[in-house]
Amino acid sequence: MAVDSTAAGAQRRAGRGTLPAFRPDQPRRRRSGGIRGYERLAGWLFVSPAIVILGLFVVVPIVMALWVSFTAWNGQGSPFQSGVPMAGLKNYTHLFTVDGLARQDFMTSIRNNGYYVLLVVPAQTVLALFLALVVNQKILKGKSFFRSAFYFPSITSSVAISVVFLFLFTNSGAINQLLAALGIHGPQWFADPRGVIHILLGNPSTPPAALADHGLFGLSWWDWLAGPSVAMCSIIALVVWTTSGTFMLMFLAALQNIPVQLDEASLIDGANRWQRLRYVTLPQLRPTLFLVVTLGLIGTWQVFDQIYVMTQGNPAKTTLTPAFLSYSTAFKNFDYGSGAAISFILFLIIVAMTLLQRWLMRERRTRSHGSTQSRSPHRRTG
Amino acid sequence: MKRKIAGYAVLVLFGLIFLYPFVIQLATSFKTEADAAANPLSPIPRPFTTASFARIFDGTDFPVWLGNSVLMAVLVTLGRVFFDSLAGYALARLHFRGRSVVFAAILAMMSVPGVVLLIPKFLVLNQLGIYNSYTGLILPLIVDAAGIFIMKQFFESIPADVEEAARIDGAGIFRTYWSVVLPMARPALITLTILSFQGSWNEFPHTLVAVQSRTLYTLPRGLADLVSGSLGQGTQYPLKLGAALLAIIPVAVIFLIFQRYFVRGANEGATKG
Repeated sequence: MAVDSTAAGAQRRAGRGTLPAFRPDQPRRRRSGGIRGYERLAGWLFVSPAIVILGLFVVVPIVMALWVSFTAWNGQGSPFQSGVPMAGLKNYTHLFTVDGLARQDFMTSIRNNGYYVLLVVPAQTVLALFLALVVNQKILKGKSFFRSAFYFPSITSSVAISVVFLFLFTNSGAINQLLAALGIHGPQWFADPRGVIHILLGNPSTPPAALADHGLFGLSWWDWLAGPSVAMCSIIALVVWTTSGTFMLMFLAALQNIPVQLDEASLIDGANRWQRLRYVTLPQLRPTLFLVVTLGLIGTWQVFDQIYVMTQGNPAKTTLTPAFLSYSTAFKNFDYGSGAAISFILFLIIVAMTLLQRWLMRERRTRSHGSTQSRSPHRRTG
Repeated sequence: MKRKIAGYAVLVLFGLIFLYPFVIQLATSFKTEADAAANPLSPIPRPFTTASFARIFDGTDFPVWLGNSVLMAVLVTLGRVFFDSLAGYALARLHFRGRSVVFAAILAMMSVPGVVLLIPKFLVLNQLGIYNSYTGLILPLIVDAAGIFIMKQFFESIPADVEEAARIDGAGIFRTYWSVVLPMARPALITLTILSFQGSWNEFPHTLVAVQSRTLYTLPRGLADLVSGSLGQGTQYPLKLGAALLAIIPVAVIFLIFQRYFVRGANEGATKG
């Protein structure tokens, strides 16, 4: 108990043995200002381990990485010694304005992650809401078992679960056998770089010139519009499968907070089940819906573990994401400056999503009183 | 009635979707490689073999990784429970100048996503000379902002009179915290323990930039290494799935016992971002 040598401990020792503080002949030292003084000191001592660790491993690293993002450090020695070449803003401009591999990879990763967000967020939200509505049915038994079953994937190791899905999606694996039973010839999931929009368009060998010859940020419109690759789709399936359970619990908590009278009143008014869902339940779930969607937007830009384990950005860079690109640029290509620059841009994207969330949540706070619920979960029973 | 049947049909269908992958995993880890390749959907290994587990423990570094994972999870959990609750208590109850600034900073750090810290964390570990060591693996995780937030919220939700009484009786601040407040905080401490254990047991990206030697790998890092082809010839799915299964089991057992705390944790996660 290292903390015992602190002021708190000292005060304890001072107080020990004497009767409580009000002996007029022997007042405790510095009693009036003292307790506040001790409290001030104890407050700082209590938070100091947290400040030191978080400062050292969150704040300081960010400042260091910001510095490195303006250098061309290659991983040799310290990035803060004098010999390290400076790159100025190059690491950033190369991602946007200079035609080259760096920009092409970065824009490809933005495209891939964009499609990933576009599919994962709606899919996990709808699935989570649907599961919550089913599990919330009063007439069904065994609901708690199914609730746990749906939630279980969320708590398991992302790496372990990625290994399982690698096996499920092998060429002659479980998924393709299921598809074969339905008469569908499954693709070679992790080896298939074709974008699903390209596939839907019949995968033409010569894309329309209007799209292929023009583009934005070094990628042709045809490439921008490829859609997620088949390989990315299997990762999307994995992520929707793992995260829906968590969001289901949030919807479920919100559903259980809806006053029963509301539902009863609408029943008396003769509303059918669909009308009750549409006009009574869903409006009540609005804050949770905002929360789930924005948490999804924040989380989906951070996809990393699954990419690392399952595809490493392959095939043909169609599962490359900014998070993985920043990692591989730094640790595989030893271009720490560019890697850090990509991290910061990703950081900005996520900060933007977080601000969007705060803004939406503030909006709802002024409108309804249900807003504090997510901040005080202790009053809720599981 | 029709509605009931439809309800159960949906439950069972989704129950299968969410649980059958684990059934396949369990079955496959007891299959031979040929059987796993030929019958990937079958829940019954034919023939039944424990060969892959024998190889996991004899032919790979799995035992070392398991030891590292246990060490890391235990130390990180102890650290987080102690330091997070200490800081959470100070932020909830003790009056000191700068408290609101500290709390705002912690809120801000909660929304810093882990993946953008990969390179930054490597830089600082490298600079401090603790890259590729147990210290580098464990120390950065020993406090987490979200845990502080959870504890602060909890301490604010319990009445202050008991501790005020203790203080008036002359107990010091740390003593009050340790023997009066902490025992009342049991539910929050259990939640924090479980979240910390699960989080550090499953942690992957941090281990990627903190250590390099195979003898310092934790289970997720080791698993990722097995998958990336360190096993040599063949796909060896029974072995990989068996190793992944062993990595899942501890958290699964805790989940079965402490489900309601997980549920609470998930809803706290709502504020974590």
